[in-house]
Amino acid sequence: MKYKDYYSTLGLERNAKAEDIKKTYRKLARKYHPDVSKEPDAEEKFKEVSEAYETLSNPEKRAAYDQLGSHRPGQDFQPPPNWQKEFSAGQFSFDDIDLSDLFAQFGGGRQRAGRAPDGKISMPGQDFEVQVHITLENAYHGTEIELDLAIPEYDENGFLHRVPHKVKARIPKGATDGQRLRLPGKGGKGLNGGRDGDLYLDIVLHPHPLFRVSGHDLYLDLPLAPWEAVLGTTVEVPTPAGAVRLKVPAGTQAGQKLRLPKRGLPKPRSGEGDLYAIVQITVPSVVGEKDSALYKQLADNSSFNPRGHFAAGGV
Amino acid sequence: MRVELTEVAWLDETHELSLAELAQLSGLSETELRDLVDFGAITPIDPSAAQRTFHARHVVAARVARRLRHDFELDVQGLAVALTLLERVHDLEAQLRELRAQMPRRVR
Repeated sequence: MKYKDYYSTLGLERNAKAEDIKKTYRKLARKYHPDVSKEPDAEEKFKEVSEAYETLSNPEKRAAYDQLGSHRPGQDFQPPPNWQKEFSAGQFSFDDIDLSDLFAQFGGGRQRAGRAPDGKISMPGQDFEVQVHITLENAYHGTEIELDLAIPEYDENGFLHRVPHKVKARIPKGATDGQRLRLPGKGGKGLNGGRDGDLYLDIVLHPHPLFRVSGHDLYLDLPLAPWEAVLGTTVEVPTPAGAVRLKVPAGTQAGQKLRLPKRGLPKPRSGEGDLYAIVQITVPSVVGEKDSALYKQLADNSSFNPRGHFAAGGV
Repeated sequence: MRVELTEVAWLDETHELSLAELAQLSGLSETELRDLVDFGAITPIDPSAAQRTFHARHVVAARVARRLRHDFELDVQGLAVALTLLERVHDLEAQLRELRAQMPRRVR
């Protein structure tokens, strides 16, 4: 079993008072709780903090933890002789158990337990949540994923162990960024008839080099040459289903959104989002002599004043 | 070893759940969920119906509520306030994402 220093995780001395432990935990929980925090590594940090607090906030667990002595974090160690008996932690091998899973057995750890008809303790399996990164193409067509997870699960004595799970799931088309999906019964196994836990997937879309995603709508920059915007044209634009031709009307302005209906991502049941091409007027960085002369000619002859409204007081 | 392919359940507007199902999936009690509905933090599909049903997307909020209750020792009123604020943050982030998506990536 690897040692973890719960006191240093919370930044406390070993003789810290119970109220200080609570105060420090609350401060750190506000900072790192993954449901409210935007800190990088919030989830990992909060896991460490709450694991430390779960043990140190409970007098029985804290006493048992203190009896383990002080070691270097990560150091392999064995509890002192009689520790197991003194704290009635049951019979198991210390080699393949995580410190957090060991302390989860103590005291409040069995709150959710019920009794199966044969008198054995029954426990619902643990739910498990995991992020799944997919590409825009995956979201458009749907995809299959394979996950290798280590899910906490009870053994026949009611002790938690990380058990490897291989899960294969079909991500249906239309699952876009931020979508949550549930895999019923694919979390930790229930014990003695307890319900199996669920696996929750949190879909994260990889950024795409061309398309930006908002819900099921897609946005694409459409660069146009000045004369294309003035005179109008027909251009080929990429969509997830392949290129389509788009008519750009004469007098198209920069920033204008040209809507391509139903060319976005498919929606879960039926229908599709839209694709928006956002016009950018792009000028060449190098202008040849001939082009330059033509621009000069245009400048000398055009009556167009793009800043006419400045004189009218900006109205 | 052959791994069986699992079909997923959507947590969105396309699936409906009963109060009991929402309680089971979230780990909150039915009483706590009724309180959250009364405080306006979770909205049933038809608030006037005798048997309340919920869009499956509320599973996400209800699970957050269960975690906040446990991790911050919040009571139901505190949970209702936190959930309402989190939903506003979520909506604002969606608006921000939409606006960012409309901004040109590079202007040459």
